[in-house]
Amino acid sequence: MEFEAVIGLEIHAQLRTESKLFCGCSTRFGSEPNTQVCPVCLGMPGVLPVLNRRAVEYALKMALATGCRVNTNSRFARKNYFYPDLPKGYQISQYELPLAEKGEVLIEVEGRRKRVGITRIHLEEDAGKLVHGEGADSRYSFVDLNRAGVPLIEIVTEPDIRSPDEAVATLKALRDILLYLEICDCNMEEGSLRCDANVSVRPTGETTFGTKTEVKNMNSFRFLRNALEYEIKRQIEVIEEGGKVVQETRLWDPSRGVTVSMRGKEEAHDYRYFPEPDLLPVPVEEGWLEEIKGGLPELPAEKAERFVREYGLPPYDAGVLTASKHLALFFEECVRLYPKPKVVSNWIMSEVLKELNRENKDIKDSSLTPDLLASLLKLIDEGVISGKIGKTVFEEVYRTGKDPRKVVEEKGLVQIADRDALKGIVEEVLKTHPAQVEQYRKGKEGLIGFFVGQVMKKTQGRANPKVVNELLREALS
Amino acid sequence: MKPYSLTIHEAHRLLKDGELSPEELTRSVLERIDEVEERIKAFVTIDREGALKAAREAGERLKRDEGVTPLTGIPISIKDIFCTKGMETTCSSRILRGFVPPYDATVVKRLKEAGAVIVGKNNMDEFAMGSSTENSAFQITRNPWDLERVPGGSSGGSAAAVAIGESLASIGTDTGGSIRQPAALCGVVGLKPTYGRVSRYGMIAFASSLDQAGPITRDVEDAAILLGIIAGHDPLDSTSIDEPVPDYLEGIGRGVKGLKIGIPKEYFIEGMDKEVEEAVREAAKTLEKEGAVVEEVSLPHTEYAVATYYLVATAEASSNLARYDGVKYGYRVEDPENLLDMYCRTRDKGFGAEVKRRIMLGTYALSAGYYEAYYGKACQVRTLIKRDFEEAFGKVDIILTPTSPTPAFKVGEKIDDPLKMYLSDVFTIPCNLAGLPGLALPCGFTRGGLPIGMQFIGRALDEATILRAAYHYQSVTGWHLLKPSL
Ligand SMILES: [Zn+2]
Repeated sequence: MEFEAVIGLEIHAQLRTESKLFCGCSTRFGSEPNTQVCPVCLGMPGVLPVLNRRAVEYALKMALATGCRVNTNSRFARKNYFYPDLPKGYQISQYELPLAEKGEVLIEVEGRRKRVGITRIHLEEDAGKLVHGEGADSRYSFVDLNRAGVPLIEIVTEPDIRSPDEAVATLKALRDILLYLEICDCNMEEGSLRCDANVSVRPTGETTFGTKTEVKNMNSFRFLRNALEYEIKRQIEVIEEGGKVVQETRLWDPSRGVTVSMRGKEEAHDYRYFPEPDLLPVPVEEGWLEEIKGGLPELPAEKAERFVREYGLPPYDAGVLTASKHLALFFEECVRLYPKPKVVSNWIMSEVLKELNRENKDIKDSSLTPDLLASLLKLIDEGVISGKIGKTVFEEVYRTGKDPRKVVEEKGLVQIADRDALKGIVEEVLKTHPAQVEQYRKGKEGLIGFFVGQVMKKTQGRANPKVVNELLREALS
Repeated sequence: MKPYSLTIHEAHRLLKDGELSPEELTRSVLERIDEVEERIKAFVTIDREGALKAAREAGERLKRDEGVTPLTGIPISIKDIFCTKGMETTCSSRILRGFVPPYDATVVKRLKEAGAVIVGKNNMDEFAMGSSTENSAFQITRNPWDLERVPGGSSGGSAAAVAIGESLASIGTDTGGSIRQPAALCGVVGLKPTYGRVSRYGMIAFASSLDQAGPITRDVEDAAILLGIIAGHDPLDSTSIDEPVPDYLEGIGRGVKGLKIGIPKEYFIEGMDKEVEEAVREAAKTLEKEGAVVEEVSLPHTEYAVATYYLVATAEASSNLARYDGVKYGYRVEDPENLLDMYCRTRDKGFGAEVKRRIMLGTYALSAGYYEAYYGKACQVRTLIKRDFEEAFGKVDIILTPTSPTPAFKVGEKIDDPLKMYLSDVFTIPCNLAGLPGLALPCGFTRGGLPIGMQFIGRALDEATILRAAYHYQSVTGWHLLKPSL
């Protein structure tokens, strides 16, 4: 029997506001434990939350960017459960009336475009962190509440996703939007972007859903893919062996490459949600919404479409270039200085991204500027250096941020296009390879490449290939 | 007359004229505490040094005549539900024993800024859950009119202290009658303002949508003075109302001529004390004689108020009290085996029986499968109760009711019968559910010599009108002038 997977994602994104959701404490990451706390986020007796308008603004940006319908009077609710990292014994979240509902995000997998529905986007506060004691303290756990109260948005998708590839594409698309809006760092390792998935399988063609499991602890794109692949396979096996999938929460264990049961349906929490009496409904005035809408940047999908239209790029290139707002900006600035979009795109997609990925960096954090890349490309066009030498020069420019012209001069990499200078080298090459010359003359014309290569070797790649070709053909004819 | 038995406005006049110093006044109150506290047990914390220091500072302020308010140099006490910076705040619970807040409640901050002298923290029912102050983890406060009897609750320490002269006034809190019922049982004035009129910041939450702070005083003028100081919008409390605070003394003496007073027929119920009913009906007649128009009104959903209250209040309490888990502050059980053991034993030993009962009730009311039938339904009924009042206030300006169905009852009389105890608040609860202001004041005595209280309920934010009616009633009757003797 053929099976298909049905997947929905629950994504938590930490908002990059200066202060926490309900108090004035800083949201900075990595400070000494319990240095960014106050009576409010410590859950001391009698304190009350006061909503941070900026967090609402950020959440609204995401809502509008994903085409959600905004509730102009959404409510906060208390989600009650006991855990030492939750100082009040409840999390202030949203339940019945979330900030926004019914949006969508566009993904593309293997050239196929698809819309994934967004069920809801709501605001909530983050919990703190437990640090387990070591050595003499191993009987204790310590609580760090710096993160308690940091604003989060939870984005819940519809169960529209049918494969791990689509799940990864959905998370990437949402991450790209969050980054474009500059409302989240999206650092999955530090936990500023987290993803859980609801997974079920059913025989292909079936319209009702199978029993789902919730998979947690997938803090990278790779883990998301691996965990989903594993979990789908596991569920299919259970069914094929005549068993039933059990509704439960499972944790991804990356070291063993498996998901393991964390708690069953019976142990599931009853969060006893009820409206938060300490906060009024969140008023979203029409004017404010319009203002936020007006201030939204061009989003990845729109930008990619424009790149295809305006620069004549293949959709694949446009997709790669617009995945990062800064990369897209870099591309457009380069093209302004050096108006050959496809050449620029090729260079970015190969050389530039190779270096960036190696260092796991965003373009904005590197010393490479559009100016530098554009002048490098001009040097190639002008024939000062060959395309091959260009790559060597690029590595140096990327590393040092030096002007390409200077690099070429300093390293003596100027291309040799002087026929007289190259003539001697061509003759020498032919003289040292009489057998190949013989073969060429007998009709094996493909050997021309071999001779060009030999000339290039002798000139450390600096010979102008066009001139070398001409000289070789003259000498061999 | 001893300085401790003065009202705020009387003392203020003497302080301003230099006939009395804040230090003399404070010493008089502290001496009174020494004299009677052992029998009354109205305080969980007494801060002699802090009080004398504040009194001296107030003295300077009066001397320089700088920033003097009607409260400058006045010794008051505060229910131990308000956080006081640097001073232990327990809510009369073992679970908060030793908790010293690093912040002042907004109410406390405003009192301190006005120059009030805080002599200590008043005993209460644990977490304000109770109607007799018998639920304090530390001590039972006695009614100054009869030491065998309770002072009411939960602000029983406050009402008893004010009645016997251990402070000139106190700030209590009222979730279902916790200011008004003890005020009635102790023969003093208690005012629960409109929900949101006074900031809840730093006031330990019992039921967030019902809790409200207010004054307990010896007369109506003092209630007006104190309310004027503690009321007003607070950016730290999103539910506090952003409306200007009127001068509550202005026009307080305008009388009741033409004032329409409604008497709800549902408030004279089977089983209520005959003497209480008579006293309140007599008060209505007095007001009529003074020119008020008294008519019967109906609040048809009154009979559901207590049930509604015990669902809404316990549901909110079950969540509000979750933070007392032994992790961060207050009491933690010794040597827990693991996390669950720490939670369970800390909360079992830290909370008293009534608190645990209400946490369980509230947890149940919010549980999956029961939410709609209990909490959801209670919220709907609450809307109906609110609507009853809106309709009544279409016809009358204020509503007059008894405060409590009985005068002070005996210590131990109702403690084992929660339902009977809950009915002590049958007349005060609807006001909280509707968010309206309610004022309790003395309207007579039983033949056994126990005070009887009546209640005025006003429109939202119209504290001025109930203060005016109460002021007039008090000035033509004088019940408030009678004092218990020990
Ligand atoms: Zn804070």
